[in-house]
Amino acid sequence: MRASPSFLCASRLVPAAALAVVAIALALPWARVPAITMLCFGLAALGLTVLMRAGQVSFGHAMYAAIGGYTAAFLARRFPGADALALLAAGVLASVVCGAVASAFLSRYRGIFFGMLNLGISMVLVSLIGKLYAYTGGTDGLRFERPPFLGMQLARGDFEIAMLLLVTLLAGVAAWLVQRYFESAAGQLLRAIKTNETRLEYIGVSARGVLVQGYVVSAALVGLSGVLLALVQGLVTPESGHWLRSGEFVFIAILGGSASALGAFLGAAVFEAIKLLAAAYFTNAWQILLGGTLIAAIFFAPDGLLAAGRARHAARGRDAS
Amino acid sequence: MNADLLMLAVVDGLSYAGLLFLVSLGLTLICGVFGVINVAHGSLYAIGGYSAASAVAWLLQRQPSTLVLVASLFVVALVVGGLLGAGLRVFLLRHFQDRDPILQLLVTFAVFMVLEDVQRMVWGATPMTASEITGRLGTSEILGVNFMNYQLFLVPGVALLAFALLQILLRYSVAGKQIVAVIHHREVATALGIDAARVGTLSFALAGALGALGGALSVPTTSFVPGLGAEMIVTSFAVVATAGLGQITGALIAATLIGLARSIAVYTVAELEVVMPYLVMVLVLLVRPHGLFSVAAARKI
Repeated sequence: MRASPSFLCASRLVPAAALAVVAIALALPWARVPAITMLCFGLAALGLTVLMRAGQVSFGHAMYAAIGGYTAAFLARRFPGADALALLAAGVLASVVCGAVASAFLSRYRGIFFGMLNLGISMVLVSLIGKLYAYTGGTDGLRFERPPFLGMQLARGDFEIAMLLLVTLLAGVAAWLVQRYFESAAGQLLRAIKTNETRLEYIGVSARGVLVQGYVVSAALVGLSGVLLALVQGLVTPESGHWLRSGEFVFIAILGGSASALGAFLGAAVFEAIKLLAAAYFTNAWQILLGGTLIAAIFFAPDGLLAAGRARHAARGRDAS
Repeated sequence: MNADLLMLAVVDGLSYAGLLFLVSLGLTLICGVFGVINVAHGSLYAIGGYSAASAVAWLLQRQPSTLVLVASLFVVALVVGGLLGAGLRVFLLRHFQDRDPILQLLVTFAVFMVLEDVQRMVWGATPMTASEITGRLGTSEILGVNFMNYQLFLVPGVALLAFALLQILLRYSVAGKQIVAVIHHREVATALGIDAARVGTLSFALAGALGALGGALSVPTTSFVPGLGAEMIVTSFAVVATAGLGQITGALIAATLIGLARSIAVYTVAELEVVMPYLVMVLVLLVRPHGLFSVAAARKI
């Protein structure tokens, strides 16, 4: 199957924008961490976009970021000298396993119950992390030494550059793979859960099976973003799994829309820009700014910024011809 | 755990359950009428509490009687909550009525974020409380343990009264019957000549008043700090989901269950205090996927 027009249209713009971000971040050291954060939030929102394709919204997915981050932190403390990429793989694996276990029963639920149960489980997990001080460092979180990167022991600046390149690469690969998934038969079935699940069952497809697939993919992506952020900061805290963080992921996914895998990164860029803007000019009112943007986005672009931009593009094309 | 502690836990739990029930009642009402979870309900709870605390602080400079103080809690909550609830519906949510319920939920989440900052601007970050009221209402002794009259009688009493009044309103008044008709089937109700928009505004005002009342009645025993609204909304979500969406009697039972579970945890395994509501919810939903009192929905093919 050929790439859909939506992907082609955005596929020219977004990689160019991504390269620009990377170039700016390489040139300006202060922009590196915001750029990495943006790409990580984009990866997590990409995970939620997968679920949104099936019409489901999870208010607890940040827990997979925490699971990935804490796995990496435990291993980095237990085995000093473990490579960053090994920690990354272990963290994602832990998220995938937890996601698979959780989806075994969460796939029974839809709509608000699905969102609420994810929220409930994440709250239990985050409170436990906060309380089990001896193992998790409580609310202060866990610090760990900067791990070697591909066997090289890098200084802070070099490590950040290496991580930036790694995150950009992973984000690109993940966006491409998720887009392929959306366009595959399995991805189309995911969409059918949103439109009409009963029909899906009538043609002999297990809706639960389809949702389990989607859920595991989304857990892997959120887990990946969690490990990457933890590695960059050398720190993981319970906040990484808090429901407000899950809400931010949902926010970005809604901004970007579920039309294409690239939307999540566009949403993350807008979100990060609002955060930087608010930190500079409206320190007391950044939630007002964020909330106002969300309301405006839902009112004017309910299918996401990318879809809204494309609709405008198409309308202009019609006028011209 | 000895008998005295158990008594304390039960009274604490029932009092907390009363507050939780008031807030959940508003949430579940909106859920019944619109099929939407209103996250901004948590802000109404917080704003209700903050305004009641301000009103009590203002009244205290004028040597009021105890009755006036207690009445002020109700008046402030009903006025502030009712107006804010109706305003939210008329000025904002009405324009999103036909959107996907998930998007509507996110709009209320956005409102919640905005109101969170507004509260911080108006009331600052210093804790606010109205503990004067609990002191004035005195204590009673049961089996050798002293309890605050406020927690023992007033809060559970108000919760039960609200439950009874709402049932009577929904069953016997015209406005209430219209709400029930809209909950049952919006299109048919509209076709029968019911003004669904008016019913919507009315139920939002009612729900807002209930949420704010929950806040106003919490403020004599809890100090209000930023972030309390978030905690309350998530807990009352748990109540509503445990009960089954839109179930009023279910909410009463679920709130009692969760309130008791939480306060028993406080006195035995304090680490689990915050977790109890979700633990109860997860356990109930594992057995009954749509809550305790769910109604079977028709399958649409």
